[in-house]
Amino acid sequence: MALNASRDDLAAGAIFVAFGSFFALEAMKYEFGTPFRMGPGFMPILLGGILVALGIAVAAKGFGKPETGSGPAWPWRGIVLVLGTILFFAATIRGLGFVPVVLTTALVTALSSRRNSWLAALVIALGLTMLCYLIFVVGLGMIVPLFGPWLSF
Amino acid sequence: MDLVSSLALGFSVALDPVNILYCFIGVLLGTLVGVLPGIGPTATIAMLLPITFTLGPATALIMLAGIYYGAQYGGSTTAILINLPGESSSAVTAIDGYQMARQGRAGQALATAAIGSFFAGSVATLLLAFFAPPLARAALNFGAPEYFSLIVLGLLVSIALAHGSILKALAMIVLGLLLGMVGQDIYTGTPRFTFGVRELFGGLNFVAVAVGVFGIAEILRNLENETEREVGVKKVTNLWLTREDFGRIWAPILRGTGLGSVLGILPGGGHILSSFASYSAEKRLSKNPQEFGKGAIEGVAGPESANNAAAQTSFIPLMTLGIPAHPVMALMVGAFILQGITPGPNVINEQPALFWGIIASMWIGNLLLIILNLPLIGLWVKMLSIPYRVLFPAIVLFACIGTYSINQNIYDVYAIAFFAMVGYLLIRFGCEPAPLLLGFVLGPLLEEHLRRAMIISRGDPMIFVTRPISATLLLLALAAVLVAVLPAIRRKRQEVFVEDD
Repeated sequence: MALNASRDDLAAGAIFVAFGSFFALEAMKYEFGTPFRMGPGFMPILLGGILVALGIAVAAKGFGKPETGSGPAWPWRGIVLVLGTILFFAATIRGLGFVPVVLTTALVTALSSRRNSWLAALVIALGLTMLCYLIFVVGLGMIVPLFGPWLSF
Repeated sequence: MDLVSSLALGFSVALDPVNILYCFIGVLLGTLVGVLPGIGPTATIAMLLPITFTLGPATALIMLAGIYYGAQYGGSTTAILINLPGESSSAVTAIDGYQMARQGRAGQALATAAIGSFFAGSVATLLLAFFAPPLARAALNFGAPEYFSLIVLGLLVSIALAHGSILKALAMIVLGLLLGMVGQDIYTGTPRFTFGVRELFGGLNFVAVAVGVFGIAEILRNLENETEREVGVKKVTNLWLTREDFGRIWAPILRGTGLGSVLGILPGGGHILSSFASYSAEKRLSKNPQEFGKGAIEGVAGPESANNAAAQTSFIPLMTLGIPAHPVMALMVGAFILQGITPGPNVINEQPALFWGIIASMWIGNLLLIILNLPLIGLWVKMLSIPYRVLFPAIVLFACIGTYSINQNIYDVYAIAFFAMVGYLLIRFGCEPAPLLLGFVLGPLLEEHLRRAMIISRGDPMIFVTRPISATLLLLALAAVLVAVLPAIRRKRQEVFVEDD
């Protein structure tokens, strides 16, 4: 692109502006109060405004900076698989129980690295499931069903 | 109160067999994560916080503290043997340490690092024992305005010491402060930013934030570019230093200890800054500066002592004021709170056994570290050959299970994924994650003290400048920002942090 600006700075600025405006707009719904007795909305509106301003400033400073190349490639496979398994873990830990969830999480996470073959991932997953079972369930007495209610027939 | 009886009390706590055991586990884990690049003490302590629930307060904090200073030791091992700092603070050690290893003097480099660290750790712990009580006494007179100003000072100084853009660091702090406001308002009970989700009424779980931003985001970062580490040195022999070596290292160790002790108190990256400062000081003072970068033993001794001293003294603001100096200390605040103790000036009087026990345990921990690191160095060299592709699934799993087990709250696990993504994007776009976590932990405190101060003053903001202590603190904060933006210092900062990315 012929944009004479640091894309990193623009992106970072945009994230800050997005967060700042979210917090400030959402806080409009709460009581603002007075400086003497600040309401729940006072600080978030103030800080949200500051964050928007800082975000704009970050982006503005990015203009005129030479583009330093596009950086390393996005690790899409890692992002999707790692974050996906964390969401999967949260969604199913209660229903499926410890063993199936931990096993699946470990297997899929291991596969997010291109360097792991299926066999290696399976070995890693089995080993880690055992390890986590020993540490958290046996060692620390974590209360969690090994096989959850979704799996009882 | 005399120091001797306090320390005796401390040692009676620290020498309890259970506490020695957990101190050992702490320094062992610390060394391990220090040795393994890709996982640092911040993420480790965050993941292990849930595990410490079942322990008593002293035992839990002794172990967590051990992880932190143990990581400073372990980081130097990796730096020396494979030229890859396990911890950012040992980046400098890699310069000359790795050169020594290539010349077959890896053993001497490791021994120097261990001796320097041990000496510095012991001295800095003594300083902590000396200076903490009077500081805590002074802090007892602090009211809401003083605390507000102190937090502002802490946050702003941490920017001055952070690397990279100051604007971005400021924005990260403000973002952290805002994230800290999620949950019920302390005065009115109004739920804020919770999307009606009951589980969020208590606020975002800081373990989830820390694990996401420091642990998982780092994994994503490493998946960008997968390479295996190469261990250049397979075997370490001859740890003994010659008389000549001792002659060369004692002065750098002393100077490094002094520098590190002072800089460690500063919020932000005090331990990182101190190792860089020590390295440049040694280079300037040396009779043969051309040796630096080619395996000068002084270049290992000074910075290693400095970063370990700083690691110890960075406990001072936490233990006396309840204000964390950097993300690891922020997690320690969390550990105190989870144990039902509010960190601050009262801890020393209300929980003397805990306070002195932690301090005394640092000596024991440092002693354990030297035992762990020198004779067992072969074990750590083996550890280096664990491939990352095995390591990171373990990190992801520990993060999920650990966070979930705190409150059995699945929203905490969703939060990990969210903060991992946000953290990864921000890090990729050149923002430092540390200020965000500091802001997040200090956000609720900042708001509480600000609102309380304004109620005291009936809405007059002048209260912050008319009270002398508060005004002084704010002036210092202003000075810190000014110093950071001055062009001459900016250039220096870039020089100092340039090798730290």
